[in-house]
Amino acid sequence: MPLFDRKDKSRYTTFSRRALMMSGGMTAVFAVLGGRLYQLQIEDGDQYKLQAEANRVSLHLVPPARGRIIDRFGTELASNRRNYRVMLIAEQASDGVDAALDRIGRIIEIPDRQRQKVLRDIAQNKKFLPVPVAENLSWEEFARINLHLPYLAGVQPDVGETRSYPYGAGLSHVLGYVAAVSPDDKKDEDDPLLDLPGFRIGKRGIEKAYEGALRGEAGASRQEVNAYGRIIRELSHQPGVPGKDVWLTIDQQLQQFVDQRLGNESCACVVMDVQTGDVLALSSTPGFDPNLFNVGVSNAEWKTLTTDDHKPLIDKALSGVYPPGSTFKAAMAVAAANAGLDKNFSVNCSGALRFGNHVFHCWKKHGHGHVDLHRGIQVSCDVFFYETARRLGIDAIEDTAHKLGLGHQTGIEIPGERAGVIPGRAWKLKTYGAKWLDGETLNTGIGQGYVLVTPLQLCTLAARIASGKAILPRVVRVVGNAAQPRPIPDPLPFSQDVLDVVRSGMDAVTNVPGGTAYAWRIPDPGFEMAGKTGTAQVRVISEAEHLAGVKKNETLPWKMRDHALFIGFAPSSAPRYALSIIMEHGGIAAHPHVQMARDILLFAQKRDPLKLPTDYPLNAASAAQASRA
Amino acid sequence: MNTRPYALARRTVAPLEKLIEVNWGLVLLITIIACAGFAMLYSDANGHLWPWAGPQIVRFAAGLLILVACALVDVRLWMRVAYPAYAISLLLLVVVKVAGHKGLGAERWIALGPVEIQPSELMKIALILALARYLHGLSVEDVSKPRHLAILLAMIGLPVLLVAIQPNLGTTLILVMDGASILFLAGLSWWWITPVLAGVAVAIPTAWRFVLHDYQKQRVMTFLNPESDALGAGWNITQAKIAIGSGGLTGKGFLAGTQSRLSFLPEKQTDFIWTSFCEEFGFVGAIALLILFAVVIGYGVQVAVSSRSQFARLTAMGITLNFFFYIMINAAMVMGLIPVVGIPMPLVSYGGTAMLTVMFGFGLLMSCYVHRQVEIPRHNPGII
Repeated sequence: MPLFDRKDKSRYTTFSRRALMMSGGMTAVFAVLGGRLYQLQIEDGDQYKLQAEANRVSLHLVPPARGRIIDRFGTELASNRRNYRVMLIAEQASDGVDAALDRIGRIIEIPDRQRQKVLRDIAQNKKFLPVPVAENLSWEEFARINLHLPYLAGVQPDVGETRSYPYGAGLSHVLGYVAAVSPDDKKDEDDPLLDLPGFRIGKRGIEKAYEGALRGEAGASRQEVNAYGRIIRELSHQPGVPGKDVWLTIDQQLQQFVDQRLGNESCACVVMDVQTGDVLALSSTPGFDPNLFNVGVSNAEWKTLTTDDHKPLIDKALSGVYPPGSTFKAAMAVAAANAGLDKNFSVNCSGALRFGNHVFHCWKKHGHGHVDLHRGIQVSCDVFFYETARRLGIDAIEDTAHKLGLGHQTGIEIPGERAGVIPGRAWKLKTYGAKWLDGETLNTGIGQGYVLVTPLQLCTLAARIASGKAILPRVVRVVGNAAQPRPIPDPLPFSQDVLDVVRSGMDAVTNVPGGTAYAWRIPDPGFEMAGKTGTAQVRVISEAEHLAGVKKNETLPWKMRDHALFIGFAPSSAPRYALSIIMEHGGIAAHPHVQMARDILLFAQKRDPLKLPTDYPLNAASAAQASRA
Repeated sequence: MNTRPYALARRTVAPLEKLIEVNWGLVLLITIIACAGFAMLYSDANGHLWPWAGPQIVRFAAGLLILVACALVDVRLWMRVAYPAYAISLLLLVVVKVAGHKGLGAERWIALGPVEIQPSELMKIALILALARYLHGLSVEDVSKPRHLAILLAMIGLPVLLVAIQPNLGTTLILVMDGASILFLAGLSWWWITPVLAGVAVAIPTAWRFVLHDYQKQRVMTFLNPESDALGAGWNITQAKIAIGSGGLTGKGFLAGTQSRLSFLPEKQTDFIWTSFCEEFGFVGAIALLILFAVVIGYGVQVAVSSRSQFARLTAMGITLNFFFYIMINAAMVMGLIPVVGIPMPLVSYGGTAMLTVMFGFGLLMSCYVHRQVEIPRHNPGII
């Protein structure tokens, strides 16, 4: 029996032929697959290796510890404390973010506002990124979260660092604060740290001015991550460089006394070393709590801060400019003595001075009678200084005021300082496009008119008169362990006699009966202060009111009352501490601001921080430089 | 092959003799390929037998038993069960479609007691058997006759339709290719083949223009340029190419593939296992594995060509081509040559049904080999 009939034979040959064709096709496909492998693995292999590495490794910045801000005796004014946080990873919250937040909310309180913020953050970020749900938890709260952790899917407790200002509102204007990075901050800088979620930078004060030193340099951590961004392990760790500590000249204890003494009044007060310009206390009240800005100010808090008529957000000591009023007479007195108008020069004060067709009033309606320079300072006679100003001329006044530190920025390290105004011919031409009028010289002579100063400048003025040196106020002493360079102050271009006359006049203000501040003198022997009072009108007093009698400040609404000023130094015989103080709308008979000045200067002398050894971490070179200075 | 072993010249042979006849070299080859799969499953589980490598080894062992058992079954018995197997598979496809709506879960699966099976996998084998069975009775000229061709096309078309509406694009594609190949091998006239190929060439641009939805076009565009949507739909293929490419010449080493270990690869234990293999063993390893596959296929072709019955020839070649289509589609897909369709790499990818189906297929191939000398008349096959 034939195994294949003919048709079978033809089937067989057809099958074999076509099987061969298909085998050829399959071989071709294998060749293509092999070629593709060659292309991917050999030709483009290096490029894909890079991509695989980029996939695998994620570079994380490790924020450096921010430098501390420390007072002259080593007290931490701004430091870092542990921040117990609770983070939520949306991807891992098995039954949804809302349910997870509800569960956390049963353990610690989550305000509605915070909840909204968390939901917003989660919507904006990748689902595997941890989003902070609650920060700055107490240890108890943090422990409770950790205890319940097995039942909280996606919740991640975390310990970070946050800025802490242990003295709150005290020093707020000196230290400033740190806050979240804004888009504007990123314009000038490309430090990758700025993109780190939750990173804070200095926004004001020393925190801002010394941002570079305080921030330090970021460390880096190379981490292996999986496709979901979850960290598998750390491949390498490069520690960052911690920020440098900034040491201030401030004495925290004196500062605290000043802050407490000023209380909630709208005040500014500066205390400095007359020999060096080291600022020992710099206060502007009311302040604000810098910790608030770190965690984020709520709308209500922001509204309170901005609508308060005592303006807690404004640093009155540096950026508040005021007419100096009679405190300017201290500078006038230096100019007068320097021009020889001290001995054998007196003015008869009848309560007013007619100049041209204008009458210039003395604060004392019925006049002071015969007044020389010494008595002019002591009783603050306006007519005496009108006449002195007229004789000196505006150019001499302008020149002397500048030499005493007014009319320009002192260059203190805190940002936001204003220059104030010491008017002159060129200034007026430039500002108003008009010629200087002689009548304006008279107004300038009693610190009114165009004259504007900051409390810091007033303290500089007092310190310069007290020491005879052209000191400049400084508040930063050491950064890291390097002393900040400071020039040895030049002596003022006034003779000793000139300054002695002015100091003796200022001594009489407080220590001789009849002086404008005699009632608030320091009676303790050896601690006496010298000073000069001042009042700055905030309203125009009409001629009619002058005739009827100027209204007493006590009868006016707070906003209409005069600003009250005082500058002084102590001890009167051998000055070491200078002070300036302004109390906005504080011009009442009881002179509360002079009482404050008295208490502060007495406290300063009794504590005597300048005699105490400082705690600056100076290296040998800096120490040598410091001792030369 | 031309010398006929004595034992097999007889119509019945003792099982023990058949056992010796089994080509153990092929079994070894298959085992080596499967071991490459175990290694990758072990590696993808970060060096653990659980959850993939262990079960896979058990399934492979079961598969080996099935292979040998099938090899011992007379090829005429397979011929006899061809139509019933096809009918049952078709029925199961209908059941799974209907039962799927009754809430049995995924439409592709069906529960048979404790075992879950995919009727579409069974259909791949059943279709090959049924077509071979039908074509066994046809001469070369008969194949191209409209009457027979209509029946053959219906045999292919019915399961294709049922699988396509599941929907299961990968299996549909495989069924179409299996069916078309068998018709081609059986001697379908070029007068039929040429117009169909021309028609397809015209249909594709027409479909692009008038039939496809925008999202479907988007899918094709993403395939053509995966980097254009690197985090979206192109993610899988981009990551797969990175995995393969970063393997370089010699690979990153066993257990050292980063792409798979760090979950950048989708479905790394099933459809994309080829990528982790290429990543860890490099060009050298991948080419070696491809060569092993090619040898297995070459062996299959040889079995087909040397078989004496048309049924065995078509079955052996059908099984071999089915195996080849799996490899081709899977490798081309993960290497970015064709769009992503869900087709596993045979013997290597994790998956029970796929493993058992492939081993069952090799069992049939082996049965064809063992019984290659058995002659079956075209008409009245005289099935035992």
